[in-house]
Amino acid sequence: MTDIRNVIIIGSGPAGYTAALYAARAQLKPLVFEGSVTSGGALMNTTDVENFPGFPDGVMGPDLMDSMRKQAERFGAELVAEDVTGVDLTDVPMRVTADSGSYLALTVIIATGSRYRELGVPGEKLLSGHGVSWCATCDGFFFRDQDIAVIGGGDSAMEEATFLTRFARSVTVVHRRDTLRASRIMADRALANPKIKFRWDSIVTEIVGDGKVSGVRLRDAKSGEESVLDVSGVFVAIGHDPRSELFADQLSSDSEGYLLVDQPSTRTAIPGVFACGDVVDRHYRQAVTAAGTGCAAALDAERYLADYGS
Amino acid sequence: MGATRAVTDQSFEKEVLNSTKPVLVDYWAEWCGPCRLVAPVLEAIAAEHGDKLEIVKLNVDDNPEVTRRYNILNIPTLGVFQNGQVVKELVGARSKSALLRELADFI
Repeated sequence: MTDIRNVIIIGSGPAGYTAALYAARAQLKPLVFEGSVTSGGALMNTTDVENFPGFPDGVMGPDLMDSMRKQAERFGAELVAEDVTGVDLTDVPMRVTADSGSYLALTVIIATGSRYRELGVPGEKLLSGHGVSWCATCDGFFFRDQDIAVIGGGDSAMEEATFLTRFARSVTVVHRRDTLRASRIMADRALANPKIKFRWDSIVTEIVGDGKVSGVRLRDAKSGEESVLDVSGVFVAIGHDPRSELFADQLSSDSEGYLLVDQPSTRTAIPGVFACGDVVDRHYRQAVTAAGTGCAAALDAERYLADYGS
Repeated sequence: MGATRAVTDQSFEKEVLNSTKPVLVDYWAEWCGPCRLVAPVLEAIAAEHGDKLEIVKLNVDDNPEVTRRYNILNIPTLGVFQNGQVVKELVGARSKSALLRELADFI
């Protein structure tokens, strides 16, 4: 007979680890499925995090996640580097299935985050690994003294473009509008960088290359005119999609897949199931807001368990 | 390092190309977050299936020659070599179960 856990947490970004920390300190002995290669979440692909409070000199994303993980573990969170492959949230107790078997729990906290969005244009899949990348910190190194493009107009696009100027000869930011979505500080930094050029109102229609990227085909959003920008690398930073497929038939989500919760709480429509972090948040999407909602989810779960017991 | 070992530009021919067993080469670097995540997965696979598939690590920072020769532009990349030829290439970190599925032909 499997134990029935108080709390199972799915996910291990700032939301998952903060939920684990709070649940562990509340003596709930949380079991955390970190994911086998996604543990640490999106911050594992970043370098300097400058906007997490408490780090005046910045902190490396992977180091920050390592610290959060240790802090949760210190108070007794049980961390498992496995992927959850199925959930049944309709039964009591609820069932969570991972590689090593099925686990039962009275509450489940979902903190599965988001994944990179793809362009969905010809050439993208074929040339992935041959010049198309989603991780500037991983792959920028390979484009020393080359001309590359970053697709997108948000904070992550500006961060990647700025980071890539360490290696590249030139970085062209390709954005479909004529204004940036990025925060002021990130945008100003990129706009002031002499190695960064901008191609406004430009929509990527194809990534071209024979075995290796040689350019991107662009269509001008206003004139409709087509052109090819010659680059040897393309970094895609056009946003993220929530990782909510696992719950699609049991929990409601909005048109883009973000899980719906009874804000400002983290309660979903199923009693005992809570959701937090980027899988819920289409507005803020910051490490610190994810950590904040992770904390809220653990407190909501704690309260639910107290009521459940009485 | 446990069940995996490091190879270099110098030892690549002997340890990878001339190996009688299939060899999986993990192209990695210190500064690559996803590489850190896939490392323990590869250790586990090496410990379980080392008799059939050799798993070695090549640091792309220190070994530019092999990195360039095989046109590595993303890390982690996992390349499987058999009889001196690349027979499979996987780009990006994967879970253990996904990796075992991909490597089923070799283990």
